Amino acid sequence: MAKGETTARENRAGWSFIAPAMVLLGLFMVYPIIWSLWMSFQTGKGMAIKFGGFANIIRLTKDPVFQHALSNTLIFLVIQVPIMIVLALLFAVALNNPQLRGRAILRTAIFLPCVTSLVAYSVLFKSMFALDGVINNTLLTLHIISEPIGWMLEPFWAKVLIILAITWRWTGYNMVFYLAALQNIDPSIYEAARIDGIPARARFFSMTIPMLKPVILFTTVLSTIGTLQLFDEVNLITASAGNGGTPADSTLTLSLYIYKLVFQFMPTYGYAATVSWLIVALVGILSWIQFQVAKER
Amino acid sequence: MRNPLATLTSVLAQGGLWLAAFISVFPFYWMVVGATNTANEVTAGKVTFGTHMFENITKFFTLVDAPRIFGNSFFVAITGTAVTLIVTSLAGYGFEIFRSKSRDRVFGGLLLLLSVPFAALMVPLFVMFSKAGLANTYIAIMLPGFAAIFMIFYFRQNTKAFPHELRDAARLDGLKEWQIFLYIYMPVMRSTYAAAMIIVFMTNWNSYLWPLIVLQTNEMKTITLVVASLASAYTPDYGLIMIANVLATLPTILVFFLLQRRFVEGMLGSVK
Repeated sequence: MAKGETTARENRAGWSFIAPAMVLLGLFMVYPIIWSLWMSFQTGKGMAIKFGGFANIIRLTKDPVFQHALSNTLIFLVIQVPIMIVLALLFAVALNNPQLRGRAILRTAIFLPCVTSLVAYSVLFKSMFALDGVINNTLLTLHIISEPIGWMLEPFWAKVLIILAITWRWTGYNMVFYLAALQNIDPSIYEAARIDGIPARARFFSMTIPMLKPVILFTTVLSTIGTLQLFDEVNLITASAGNGGTPADSTLTLSLYIYKLVFQFMPTYGYAATVSWLIVALVGILSWIQFQVAKER
Repeated sequence: MRNPLATLTSVLAQGGLWLAAFISVFPFYWMVVGATNTANEVTAGKVTFGTHMFENITKFFTLVDAPRIFGNSFFVAITGTAVTLIVTSLAGYGFEIFRSKSRDRVFGGLLLLLSVPFAALMVPLFVMFSKAGLANTYIAIMLPGFAAIFMIFYFRQNTKAFPHELRDAARLDGLKEWQIFLYIYMPVMRSTYAAAMIIVFMTNWNSYLWPLIVLQTNEMKTITLVVASLASAYTPDYGLIMIANVLATLPTILVFFLLQRRFVEGMLGSVK
């Protein structure tokens, strides 16, 4: 009897504590999600909309700009995320060596980029990679290139620039997750393996990687979600190059396309909602694949 | 006696790390140097300090209503952070202390919501706020961020370390649940709050896409948006932009260097 009372009381308390967050999430996440799902079946511009069934999905298959945005986003994902994860892992393992001199300085320096706002670092990259800017000047002086690279003029280099920028901003961030995980590993395991004559490379692949698997999975999923939502950098570095030389949609991403559909052209909410649901689907599918891959290994 | 291959690997690793550190820090140097040079010198790649800093600062303060803009940024970031911490810590505490099957199921639902990208929300959110007549207001910038799911996870994880004996003792003393939260939990967990505060403050301060969508007039803009719009000009004035950038980055850099350990704790907190 008394126990029943406490449970009811506890239950009431439990719901009251989570209530504010639930109301806010309901209003500003669940409701918009349902709204956009409904919207994705509507066609028309501005407020003049009507039910269109799968018209938006059919439109996706015939829209070259969308296909461009999709392939760009996937290219960024497939190339940038692995490079960054591998770099972050290597840095973390190297920094985890207690004999390394200058560890604290190196760790702070590599971690530093993630205090900058996406806007701040985008602006820095845009200015450094100008046609006659510091990067081209340096590469010319070192005779690595013979003429300036059109970082914001040529479609290929524009993509490279975005990949470089994102890698600069997020490698240190991921590294810190790995470092924290490495510090939780008992060093005597490594000591034992070393004494058993297992070489460093084998220790890395058959000990470090498996032990870090949950963290690697976590950061990969986060990076995948982040890259599928890529907006700030492309909007600030390459899309608004300001010199009239925007390389024809070569860095257009899905998020940027949604933004343009709604805020730059005559708003087509229904179609924009369909594109955004495609991102949700991609996040779902890719996260699922990543979980499966992690499970198998 | 170490074998030569191991020595080579260690030299390579050291070199790689120092190179990475240099690449990581160089843009910060570039930003500060740029703030002392003219626009032309910045685009021409001048890497030494110049003499135009005061010129750039003067230009910034005549072009930009700095008190207003920084006022906006600080108001939105601080208020947003305070409310977010209250809402998410209440929820994290509620999920962890009063465990029940149905609430655990709700918590599982949050995990699903976490994977919904903001791109999928921004259009309906914009229409909602416009229809409610709330576009271009402070409340519009802050409201969607209050119930940050990541922070709910973070507080739930950290609540596991909150000693149950404290709660039991407080209940024996006749404290109500909200009193326990306010007078026992919050003071005991202050370092958890401190770490969360840093992360949320930085996120709010640096926020770009949502304010860009929901704000329409110049006097409502945050410093992050001002930097972005200066940079999007047809002929960007980089001396001016770098000053703006330094000022916009200063608060987050200060927070980072003063509270680096807490910053890392806050970042890692939700995956412990």
